[in-house]
Amino acid sequence: MAGKVGARIKRKEDPRLLTGNGYFSDDIQLPGMLHAAILRSPHAHALIKSINIEKALEAPGVVAIYTGKDLEGKIGRIPSSWLIPGSNLKEAPQYPLAIDRVRYVGDGVVLVIAEDRYGVRDVLDLIEVDYEFLPVSVRQKEAMQENAPLVHDDIENNIAFHWKAGEVPDEEIEEAEVVVRESFNVQRVAPSPIETRAAIGQYNPGNGELTLWCTSQNPHIHRMVLSEVLDISEAKLRVIAPDIGGGFGGKIGVYPDEALIGYAARDLKQPVKWIEERNEHFSAANHGRDEIIDVELAGTRDGKLTAIRVKNTANMGAYLSTFGPGVPTIDFGLMITGAYDIPKAACETFGVYTNTTSTDAYRGAGKPESTYQIERMIDLFAREIGMDPVELRRKNFAKKEDFPFTNAQGLVYDSGDYEKPLNKALEILDYKKLREEQEALRNEGKLVGIGFSTYVELCGFGPSAVAGAIGFQGGVWENATIRVHPSGKVTVFSGTSPHGQGHNTTFSQVVSDKLGIPLEDIEFVFSDTKAVSMGWGTYGSRSVAVGGGAISIAADRIIEKAKKIAAHELETSVEDIEFEDGVFKISGVPGMERKFVDIAKSANYAWNLPEGVEPALEAQAFFDPENFVYPFGTHIVVAEVDKDTGQIELKRYIAVDDVGRVINPLTSEGQVHGGIAQGVGQAMWEGIVYSDQGQLLSGSFMDYTMPKARFFPTIETAFTETLSPVNQLGAKGIGETGTTASIAAVMNAVVDALQPYGVTDVEMPLTPEKIWNIIQTGGENDDTI
Amino acid sequence: MIPSKFDYVRAESVEHVVQLLQDSDGEGKIIAGGHSLLPLMKFRVTEPGKLIDISRIPELKGVRLERDRVIVGAMMTHREVAENPIIKEHIPVLSDAARLVGDIQIRNRGTIGGNIAHGDAVADLPAPALALDANLIISGEDGLDVINIDGFFLGPLITALPENSVVTSISFEIPPSNAKSAYLKYFHPATGYPVVGVAVVLGVNSDGLADYVRIGITGSGDVAYRAKSVEQELIGKPLTEDVITQASKLAADDGDIGSDLFASETYRRNLCSVYTRRAISSLLD
Repeated sequence: MAGKVGARIKRKEDPRLLTGNGYFSDDIQLPGMLHAAILRSPHAHALIKSINIEKALEAPGVVAIYTGKDLEGKIGRIPSSWLIPGSNLKEAPQYPLAIDRVRYVGDGVVLVIAEDRYGVRDVLDLIEVDYEFLPVSVRQKEAMQENAPLVHDDIENNIAFHWKAGEVPDEEIEEAEVVVRESFNVQRVAPSPIETRAAIGQYNPGNGELTLWCTSQNPHIHRMVLSEVLDISEAKLRVIAPDIGGGFGGKIGVYPDEALIGYAARDLKQPVKWIEERNEHFSAANHGRDEIIDVELAGTRDGKLTAIRVKNTANMGAYLSTFGPGVPTIDFGLMITGAYDIPKAACETFGVYTNTTSTDAYRGAGKPESTYQIERMIDLFAREIGMDPVELRRKNFAKKEDFPFTNAQGLVYDSGDYEKPLNKALEILDYKKLREEQEALRNEGKLVGIGFSTYVELCGFGPSAVAGAIGFQGGVWENATIRVHPSGKVTVFSGTSPHGQGHNTTFSQVVSDKLGIPLEDIEFVFSDTKAVSMGWGTYGSRSVAVGGGAISIAADRIIEKAKKIAAHELETSVEDIEFEDGVFKISGVPGMERKFVDIAKSANYAWNLPEGVEPALEAQAFFDPENFVYPFGTHIVVAEVDKDTGQIELKRYIAVDDVGRVINPLTSEGQVHGGIAQGVGQAMWEGIVYSDQGQLLSGSFMDYTMPKARFFPTIETAFTETLSPVNQLGAKGIGETGTTASIAAVMNAVVDALQPYGVTDVEMPLTPEKIWNIIQTGGENDDTI
Repeated sequence: MIPSKFDYVRAESVEHVVQLLQDSDGEGKIIAGGHSLLPLMKFRVTEPGKLIDISRIPELKGVRLERDRVIVGAMMTHREVAENPIIKEHIPVLSDAARLVGDIQIRNRGTIGGNIAHGDAVADLPAPALALDANLIISGEDGLDVINIDGFFLGPLITALPENSVVTSISFEIPPSNAKSAYLKYFHPATGYPVVGVAVVLGVNSDGLADYVRIGITGSGDVAYRAKSVEQELIGKPLTEDVITQASKLAADDGDIGSDLFASETYRRNLCSVYTRRAISSLLD
């Protein structure tokens, strides 16, 4: 059985999912189940003068209608769970439905419960809400100005928090030989999983238990938060995340809608189902990014970087979402030096309330943005001093011998060898030859660019003491239980919560190698708070590094106990027992052995156990890692711009990632591909657009462009393996590397292609018209685009 | 995305369609493949009280040759149009365009009649239909009628189709034997609709002069249109690079070009020119 870790094994999940046997929220049918719909504000900012539900109450099948006023005092506020210390953070209260004032397009106003799924939607059209418009604040920099309309009356200048880390005195910048300055807009995007959000509540009036199925990446966090919001014992609230069609961060948040469904099911003593509509998802589910990042990068003329100073002005939306405040601060601001040994760094972040949908973690959460700014700045600095961008990177990389490496903001990168993936990627690319070709093509009037991103990412959340120090309202350790049944089959309980990643496959490989049993003998239980005692869910690429770490330790405990039983049966001491490939044997004595299944049976039957050994074969481990993990790598994009139309063709995409031990190259490549598509999506196509009045202009897939397979060349992937010392597997996270690396790689390639026009930046997304305008004006007006 | 309540009835024949439309007091809406209509209904942009399904009427199917024209049944799906041997032989620009509509699921459901009769400014097939001088054969309260495609599109989702009538087939002119054709499309990245789609049918005589030019452009204007200014500029001239470039600059002149979130009017006008130039150039050896 050995050798499963590192093997290309097809996903165990797929036969079930691909044959339509998944069990998603919308597959749940309960006896007497009612259906919910939420009337949402069509206005960005308005007072609710009156709500007329008379006609709606008369509609066929209507069971209940709740307004914000009806629920006052009955459902608590929905809190943020990341309260950044030392930032003067002001958390505005968010109620499950707006009470007297709506603050963004999509803000919940009325909850309707009816017997029929179609009927309940029709009822929304019968409700009359009288609004009085208020002035709006939509864009973060404007919202901070004096006299800007206030989203919350008592929060001055709409500033939710003001956070700082690191110091760079003015003279470090002003007296430097070279200073490069640029401002980047990392635009707002919609996570857009294929499955929208959903919640189903079922209440048992006999024992007072409430079960809530919902599309959560972290059901135990949902239980913890919602038990307070709904004022129900945490021991009587069961949260289950069934199969989930993607999250990308958008399903981390504990939302008002989930509280509403739990409340209604309890109030009506009937099951209630809510399935979010796609256009509803665009306005009511958390968005990602929306940060304006101003950077100053200082260094010497021969290419030694000396200081970086960054200001991030982040649009938080109307309320602080669950992880929202941590993204543009901790996640972003501590990683601004990227893979480079820049001695001085400072970051200042303003979190700003606006009349828009709340923003929260989105694949990579802060790291794509920090990578974007530093990787873009490196290119601009290289251009400024006339150095090859690869050479500048090499010159400033944190050196292999300096690991664990402490960056200027105090983070300790666990392991790294940044030259390794860079060299491999350059070899695949044939860099020197390509630069020559680029020159030749330029002379023919063709615009070809090469873009690099030599990123490092912070993930694998993480040490709980650090989480506490940075204001995270919870722990980030992980929990695993391995239960060995009498037959030798195994059930593993994990506190991580898969929603497309393939935990079942990769964790099976880990357990199979450890216990020497076939993959088919291993089953998993995730995402049910009644079955899994505790856990912190799946985000921040933590499942393998932390959850897998916990499973490894639990497996060791199983082996340790099984060895005692084997030794007893073989009448020898534990020290003489070797365990290899599922067999316990005595060193040097052939034939004296017990198989794993034999011990499973004898442990569970307990007919003949050694003294002091309890029956059964089950072990639990709680793993709190000593550090985060820091995957890294090199992504390279070759892009060609069509001069006549501004269209960009991605000619090549090369990704060499180092994520420590690769558990499964096949699923890892899948993660890299998906991550890249999402990052390139941000760079080239995606973008949530609000009008100046706060109207959502990109509220459907008619206007919001998702990346599609045909937009991409074959993605050329490779891995190098620099093991992490912080978990037993040596593994880092891979879920977000592609997104983290790719945005800058694409943009650097396009800016390189446009070098004849002298532009230093193009605002994302890179729509063909923006590029065409640059070409038309010869780059004159690039700042206005 | 849940539409308002509606009734559904399956029509048995063309006469039945007209009867059902008459009986529905303006509440009736024909559904063929449904790939344009259903999204609008789900957005509640349109809320018809009754859907009249024409998908099982045999007489709306089929392709046949009639002297110098090809007659295509309105219920032919995009896939059927793309693969039909008669169409491929005589009016290949139509199958070329049909092959680029939506994705394979859409091509399996969506129909040529719906694509044209819906009057969507970003439908693909109006471009080749204009370049092939199509006639729409219509059945209505007053029996049969024929409407030429040039003038059929009055505005976004507004056509000259009379009330209570249905497009039963579309008749396309077979271009002269020396003509070549091409459909060139700039895909909207979100929807796959044409931001601009240019259909060109071009004949060059033995002296190397253009003697037959028909150009239909869709996607960029509020309706699809014939680029007659380009046609006039090219006719009788040798197709040098310079002539093509100059003529193509007029590609937007006959359309009413607009702006949206994705592309401004200026940019779209440029795309019309570039795609017209490239479509024409692709036909020259």
